[in-house]
Order: sequence, then C-alpha cells, then structure tokens
Amino acid sequence: MEVIVSIRPFLAVLVTLIGALLIIFTGERHRDLRESWTILVSVLKFGIVISMVPFVLNGWTLEYTIISLTPGVSLQFRVDQLGLFFGVLASALWIATSVYSIGYVRGLNEHAQTRYFFNFALALSATMGIAFAGNLLTLFIFYEILTLSTYPLVAHKETEDAIMGGRKYLAYILTAGVAILFAIIFIYAITGTLDFKPGGFLSGHASSATLIFLFVTLILGFGVKAAIMPLHEWLPTAMIAPTPVSALLHAVAVVKAGVFGCLRIILYVFGPDLLDSLDLWILSAYFASFTVIVSGMYALTQDNLKRRLAFSTINNLAIIIMGASLLTPSAITGSIFHMAGHGFMKITLFFVAGAIYVKTHKENVSELDGLGRQMPLTMGAFAIGAMGIAGTPPVCGFISKWYLALGSLEAKEIVFLFVLLISALLDVAYFFPIIYNSFFKGPEEAIDPHFDEAPMKMLAPLVITAIISLVLGIFPNAFFNFFNIASMATGKILGGM
Amino acid sequence: MLPQSPVLAVVIPLIFAFLNLIFGWWKKGFSYPIALVALSISFLASLHTLNTVITSGTIHYHLGNWDPPWGIEYVIDHLNAFVLVIIASISFFVAIYSKRSVEQELPEKIVFFYTIYLLLVTGLLGIAATGDMFNLYVFLEIASLAAYALIAIGEDGAPFASFNYVILGTIGACFYLLGVGYLYIVTGSLNMADLSQILPTLYHSKVVLVAFAFFLVGVGIKMALFPLHVWLPDAYTYAPSAVSALVAPLMTKVGAYVMIRIMFTVFRPYFSIELFPVATLLGWMAAVAIIFGSVLALAQVDLKRMLAYIVVSEVGYIALGVGLANRDGLTGAILHILNDAFMMLALFLVVGAIMYRSGKREISGLTYLHRRMPLTMAAFVIAALSVIGIPPTCGFFSKWYLILGSIHASQWVFVAVLLVSSLLNVILFFRVIENAYLEPGGEPIGAGSELAIAPEEAPLSMLIPILIATAGIMALGVLSGKIISAVIQFAVPAYF
Repeated sequence: MEVIVSIRPFLAVLVTLIGALLIIFTGERHRDLRESWTILVSVLKFGIVISMVPFVLNGWTLEYTIISLTPGVSLQFRVDQLGLFFGVLASALWIATSVYSIGYVRGLNEHAQTRYFFNFALALSATMGIAFAGNLLTLFIFYEILTLSTYPLVAHKETEDAIMGGRKYLAYILTAGVAILFAIIFIYAITGTLDFKPGGFLSGHASSATLIFLFVTLILGFGVKAAIMPLHEWLPTAMIAPTPVSALLHAVAVVKAGVFGCLRIILYVFGPDLLDSLDLWILSAYFASFTVIVSGMYALTQDNLKRRLAFSTINNLAIIIMGASLLTPSAITGSIFHMAGHGFMKITLFFVAGAIYVKTHKENVSELDGLGRQMPLTMGAFAIGAMGIAGTPPVCGFISKWYLALGSLEAKEIVFLFVLLISALLDVAYFFPIIYNSFFKGPEEAIDPHFDEAPMKMLAPLVITAIISLVLGIFPNAFFNFFNIASMATGKILGGM
Repeated sequence: MLPQSPVLAVVIPLIFAFLNLIFGWWKKGFSYPIALVALSISFLASLHTLNTVITSGTIHYHLGNWDPPWGIEYVIDHLNAFVLVIIASISFFVAIYSKRSVEQELPEKIVFFYTIYLLLVTGLLGIAATGDMFNLYVFLEIASLAAYALIAIGEDGAPFASFNYVILGTIGACFYLLGVGYLYIVTGSLNMADLSQILPTLYHSKVVLVAFAFFLVGVGIKMALFPLHVWLPDAYTYAPSAVSALVAPLMTKVGAYVMIRIMFTVFRPYFSIELFPVATLLGWMAAVAIIFGSVLALAQVDLKRMLAYIVVSEVGYIALGVGLANRDGLTGAILHILNDAFMMLALFLVVGAIMYRSGKREISGLTYLHRRMPLTMAAFVIAALSVIGIPPTCGFFSKWYLILGSIHASQWVFVAVLLVSSLLNVILFFRVIENAYLEPGGEPIGAGSELAIAPEEAPLSMLIPILIATAGIMALGVLSGKIISAVIQFAVPAYF
C-alpha cells in the first residue's frame, strides 16, 4: 500500500470552511453573491474530492497530518476507499442540494437565510472531515462539529415544535457523543493509538468482556446518529427542518455520518476477525434487523410524507449496518454501495417532498391524489426513487440489495435474507400507494389538472438525482467508479482474512 | 534586563501602581495608559521568562543577592513560568477591555481602580514566581486585599459580598499562615526547595501533618473548592464587570497552582498520595464540586451568577486532575488552568459587554442579542462550546486528559462525573444560546424585516479582547499537543 502525502483532503475540508466565512460576511445584503459562494464552493469541493479518485483507484492512500494532538494521535486526514466513497457521495449531492436550496428558501421567502447557508457549508465541511479522518479522534472532532452545525438548521423555523426538535436532536446526539468519547479515550488508554486500519487494530489489547463493552458503546453511540431503533426518536422530530436540510443532512450527511462511524468501528477498529471471534457480528446484525423491520412498519403508519421518508431512512440505514455486520465480501460491498444508492434515491424523494410543499403547501400523503398530472416530472422522479428503495431493477437499490442478499447467503444466515425481503415488501407497501394515487386517482376537488411544476432550481436537481439513481442501477461504475471503490474497500478490509 | 525578567514581571506592576496614583492624581486620563504599559511590560517579561525556562531550564533568582534559605528566592520552573504567562496575559487583555466598562460603571474611581488592579496583578504574579512559603503568604494577602477592595466597589450587594469574602478569605489566609509557622517551628526554613529536603525525615511528626492539613484548608478556601466555595458566587456576581473578568479566570487558578506546589513540591508526592492520602479525598471533593456547581448554575436566572457557579465547577476539574495523582490527570489539571482561564475570560468579558450595551444580564432578557451583538455572541457560543468540551476548542482537550487519567486510575465514578458534567453544561449553555439566537414566540420573521434590529456591537476596546480570548480558545485547543510537549510535560512533577 503506497501512501502519498497530499494536502487535498485538508483542502476539501477547508474550502467549505472558507466558504462559510464568505457567506456570513457577505450577509443578507448581497444575496446573489452569497448564493454564488455556496455554488462556487460546492463545485470546487467536488472537484477537489474527485481529483483524489484516480489515486485511490490505484490502491494508494492520501495522507495529510496537520498537528499532533496527543502522543500517538494527530489531527490527520487519510483518504482510503471507504472515506473517498463517502466524500464523493456527500460532495456530489451537495451541489444538487445547493441549487435546490436556493430555489427552496427563495420560493418560501425563508427568514435567516445567511445563517441557513452558513451552517449548511459548515456541516459539509465537517462531513468531509468525517469522511477523510485518519483516526478516531479526528473523526470525533468533525462528528461533533457536524452535530452542532446542524442544530440551527433543525431549529430553523423557530416555532415551538422546531425548538423542541432542536433540543431533542442535541440531547440525543450529544449524549451519544459523550458515550463515544468515553469509548475513544478508553481505546486510547489501552492501545495508545487511534489510527484506522483495514481489518482493525484492537485485537489482543483487552479482555473480551472489555472489548464487547466497547463495541456496544461505540455502535450505540454512532447508532444514535444513524437512527438505529430504539434510539431513532430524534430523526422524525427533526423533519421539522426545511426540506433541503432533511434531504442532504437527514438522508445523507448526518445520518450517513453515523453509519459511516459504525462502518469504521466494525471494519477498521474492531475488524472482521475480532468480531468473528467474539461473535459480536451476529449480535449487531440482529440488532439492526430489528430496526429494519420495525421502522418499515412505522413508515406505513405515517401520513406526513417527510416523516414517512424519515422512517424509510431509518430502515435503510439499518440495512447498511446489518450488511456490514455480516462481514462477508458481498455483504460489505453491498452495504457500502447502498450508502451511495440510498443517498441518491432518498435525496430525490426528499427533493420531491420539498417541491410539492413549495408548489402546493401539501405535506401529507393523503393529499397527493392526482398530483402526478400537475407535476409529472416531480412525481416521476418520486416513482424512480421509490422503486429503487424497494429494490426494483433497474434502479440502483437493486444492486445493493442483490449483494446484501448474496452476502447473507455467504454468511449462511438465511434469516437476514428474509429480513431483506420483508423490508422490500414493506417498502412497496408504503411507497407504491403514493405513486398509484398521484398518477391514477383523480384530484379530490374538481380542479383542472394542468402542468405546473416547481421552479427550475428545484426541478433540475431532483430530476438529475433520479436519473443518476437509474444510471447507477444499470452501470454501477458510471459515476466515478462507485462500485469499484466499494469493492476495493471490501478487498482491503478482508485482505487479512 | 534578561536575567531579571522574572522579578521584573512582578515588580513592574507594583511600581506602576504607585506611579499611577501620583500621575492619576494629576490627571485622570493617565491611569489607563499607565496600567497598559505596566501590564504589557509584565507580559513581555513573563513570556521571556517562559522562553528562558524552555531553552535553559529552571531559573533561580536570589532577591537582593541574599542566598537561600535566608534570603527570598524566586524559583521559576516550567509550572511557574506557565502560570506567570497566564496571569500576565489575562490581566493585560482585561486591562485593555476595562477602559469603557470602568468609565461607565465607576466614573469617579478610575485612578483607584487601576492602582488596586495593578496591586492585584502584582500579588498574583508574586504567588506564581516565589519559591518561599512566607513570601507566598505576603503575595497571597496582597492579591486578596486588592480583590476585596475591587469587589466591594461593585454594584448593590457588592460590599456585603466582599465582606463575606473578607471573612472567609482571612480564615483561609490564617490557616495558611499557621501552616507556614508550624513548618518553620520544626524545620527552621521557609524556602520551598529547602523544606522539601528537610521534611521527609519529619513526615510522621504530628506538627507536619497538621501544617499540611492547614495548608489544604487555607488553599481550598482561596481556590473556592467545594464546600469552601460559599464566598465566590456573590463576590463574582456583584463585582464590576472588569473585576469579575480579572478574578474569575485567575484567582481560583492561582489557588490551584499553590495547591499543586504544596502537594507535590514542598511535600513529596508519595507523602500526599500514600502516607497521608489526601489526593483521593481531593478527587472526590472535586467530583462533588463539578456536579454541584453545574446543578446550582442550572438554577440561576442571572447569567453572571450562572457563570460564577460554573467557576466553582471548573475549579473542580483542576482539583480532580490533581486528585487523580497520575501523569495524565495532572497534565489535564495543568492544561485546564490555562484553558479555563481563557474560557472564563471570554465568558466574563462577554457578559461585561452585554451589560455595557444593554444593562441587563438576565438570561431571559437576551433575546435578539445575536442581531445586536453578533460578534460578541459568536464569541460566547465558542466559549460555551469549550466549557461543554466540544472539539476542537481547548476545553475538550483538558477533559480528554482528565478522563484518560481517570481511566488509568480506574476511577469510573470520576469518568462518569466528567461525562455527565459535559451534558449539564450543554443544558446550561444552550438555554442561553436559545434565548439569544432564536426568536421569541416562534413567529417566523420574513426576509424583509431581517435588518429591523440594528447591530450595536460592543466598542472596539472591548471587542478586541473578546475576540483575542475566543481565538485563544480555538488556538489553544489545536495547539494543545504542542503546549503539552513543550511545557506541561515538564511542569508535571517528575515523580509521575
């Protein structure tokens, strides 16, 4: 494995940080300039992240150390396949979300727009930090920044509900943060290092009881952000946030940061060998499957569209964690790939929910009858996203589900195959009525259904993400070799097995 | 000037205190620049001292060329130099800040204010510089008397608060002095290094044990360690803004420094840990202090009073690190002396600025403040995050070492206390942040009315120190690894 010293990962973090400052100093008076900072920075960031793809595809690792924080641990970025995968995903979707955000906040004439864009940029900076963190401490630092920068976005509306949502969010995530911190310091105390290593670095450092305790603490800690049940309560409440926030943060950056943390713990701190010998993988796989099924059922009962999407998100995040816990090549590949697949599909669905809200001020599933005639492109994109989530070919959800199913067979645990199938059926049950009602049912009131789509700034991003979901399903490598990166990561993790 | 830098740091403010009285009598406007000049020289001298210690080791300075143990000796090792720089820098920043605030709150007493201010700084610097137990007492009293006076000139209720402080502070000083006397009876020496050599043969003497206990009680009162903290909340709440901003970061920390000195320099670590196990006791008291301070802070409606209780809790962190009596714990404690000084500096400066602009400091009265004072409130948020312990602010790193030390010592209760206190601080500070940042009543305001409330930022002379303190909080966090490897690892007694 060749290591190259490169400042690029640091730049990817820094560029949005500078962008955030530019945004706040430009302020409300020059809105167009402020928005152009957002766009400019998001494109630049994507460019920087993409420029690292060829190196990583060659099997190299990019590394950049900023400063030593404590003996043996530095503030350090190290770009490996898994990190790059998450980085590309988040930075690509940020461009789409930025364009969409501008349409959304202007369409609704939202207040405190500067704060909104500032925190958004800060959150993305933190997300890159999480993706490229080379050790647990660096990851934790950015993880906490992410938590705090998204708090103002959750409480954005400043209504009673929004403030409560914000409090709940902080209470859940910061408490979990404290648990994670404890486990990290504990690991540092027994090993003296926190650097991620494919295949883990913990084995042999402590008794199995201690290791089990640490594993449970860390998975529960990161699991809160990944909204694993029963620690998910904050996510549906946080849906009070403006829709672009829900779209990028509550479908991609924040919750995926939790999942990413879990993957780092499972695959790079503990490692397959250790988890196998402690029989912990089956525990976390069962734990996640519980969430998979129950959240699917919850989703059925939600009438608010964003809440239904939130429970669907919980469902899919648990699928990713379940896949990684199975520790077989196909399952790990499938679960890493599903991070991207789910990201593109779910962001499409949230974009659709926002577009509907801006256009019609409707928020509930029961009000969408006949909407397909008014907003055919939007609802078409919804249909693609929903089919993908349910695992219907040729949308990209199919690929990940296929690999996950293969993985559960490789692990010789047929239970998880059924979990996947039941969850797919639940997906169908809570999404397909929406598609049916909006296209095939007439509107309740006798209004003339005419073509009337959301503004272009909102429509274009959601159509593009829908198309990407579709293309990824047919050519999984079409978008910056996503699939190859995922399978390379798997290869490296399992290399020692 | 070079070999004299430790003594210059202490003496310059003392001399300028008198110059200030003379020139201030002539013209009131001279006071502020005189104080600034004195404190900037002192700051530079202390930086030079630290630099000398880092490059060439411990400095021994014999005052008046009298040899110790007869003469007074200043001994500057890494720990002293570190504390000296903290005191000199914080008092310099607060002095810059004090101008407008003093003009508003104490227009009649400007000259006296700066005179006593310089005396207070002299006392604190002297405590940190001296290597002599009695000399330390003298400086302790200079600092305390100056602090009593400065607190007493505050708002309504200040004289009474100060009176409480006088009584308890004097009791503390008496205990300390008795301790010094007892040690002098059995050893005939007052020099710390000398005492440290003589004492081990006397460790089983009752006199020495009593002296040690007296020291701890005396210093415990001075550093407001729970349950000896009762004087602190009132005194820090009613004091003038500039005074709170000076004493809150420094007085308790200097007390903590004295405690570390006595426990691990004058007495050997194995005495404080094994023969007479106060370290463990100290740790438990500190753990109670941390929780108790935070919980009482929750009950406050006055922002400044809330911060005063947080000071009590923060002292607990330092004492807890000392009580852990291992390398990581002490590293955390010493690091927290620095970090907490900057955190409290920033918070009290912000409260002072809010008072200056709005005259209010109830937490419920802070609404719209993020529009009126955006930079000040941003500074408040960063300082708050540091107290909570969010990386990469400096508060996180002291907490890191304290937790690490607790894990190494297998003190799981301490770990839990440290973690829970973070969460309590979240509640404490987000209550304030919500009030200041989120609009009341929850009526979303359209984009048009965004500029309805005009910004009314604190004056530059107040804003700059606030921003320096805030930048310090961030920088100290990121640089904590460097600070530890350059200074603190040598400041921790070699025993550990």
